[in-house]
Amino acid sequence: MPFGQGRSGGGGGGRGGRNADKKPGDKEKGQRRTLFRRRKVCKFCADKIDDINYKDVKLLGPFVPERGKILPRRISGTCAKHQRKLQTAIKRARQIALIPYVTD
Amino acid sequence: MADRQYELVYILPPDTSEQQVTDLHGQIEAVVSRMNGQIANTENWGRKRLAYEIGHNKEGYYVLQVINGSGELMKELDRRLKVMDLVIRQMIVRVDEEKKVVERTQTKRRTESERRRVKRGLPPQRQPGEGRQAGDGDDAEDDRFDGVEI
Repeated sequence: MPFGQGRSGGGGGGRGGRNADKKPGDKEKGQRRTLFRRRKVCKFCADKIDDINYKDVKLLGPFVPERGKILPRRISGTCAKHQRKLQTAIKRARQIALIPYVTD
Repeated sequence: MADRQYELVYILPPDTSEQQVTDLHGQIEAVVSRMNGQIANTENWGRKRLAYEIGHNKEGYYVLQVINGSGELMKELDRRLKVMDLVIRQMIVRVDEEKKVVERTQTKRRTESERRRVKRGLPPQRQPGEGRQAGDGDDAEDDRFDGVEI
């Protein structure tokens, strides 16, 4: 279960930080979560996109922010299966200069 | 063994003449036919901006070819393209297996939805004007991530 591990590691770290910030307002925390946390859905599962192709720059674009790095799953909400495919597609698109490796 | 399918993408400098392009096509075709392959499809994407400079080129002329053939053929083709000075970048990707998987999931999804619809006493295909329309979904925005939460 590699993805489960990765996720709990990242999420746990973030939550720990937030708890430390908001120790006194415990009641408030629950409210905040309902207010700001949106259910994240994998774009490819929701839109039923089976084929993540390296040629489709429009599809890959939102997952490559300005800096040129691949958007992590914990932010985009992509499921593990599709993140893997997305990763290979982005790396292929980089090879043929459709997507930058880095941008400063 | 059945032939494998590959996609070959290569980039030429933007100032390449028509003559050079056709020459290169001829060379690739010769290699492919000599090693019992065939070119299934050729697409010219034309001039595109490169995401980063490749040898002082800011633009490139993209060509995509779908080739059926063996692994040895693609190896030979890759080697030849690497030697050519005209080609500034090339990439070969095997596509037949992924294509098969995609097709399988699509047919599976279709048959599954038809089966469920028949079970509910509906015609197997979705009728026009049925179900939720694209406009009236209240939660359409909920599916999008806003990129600030961590």
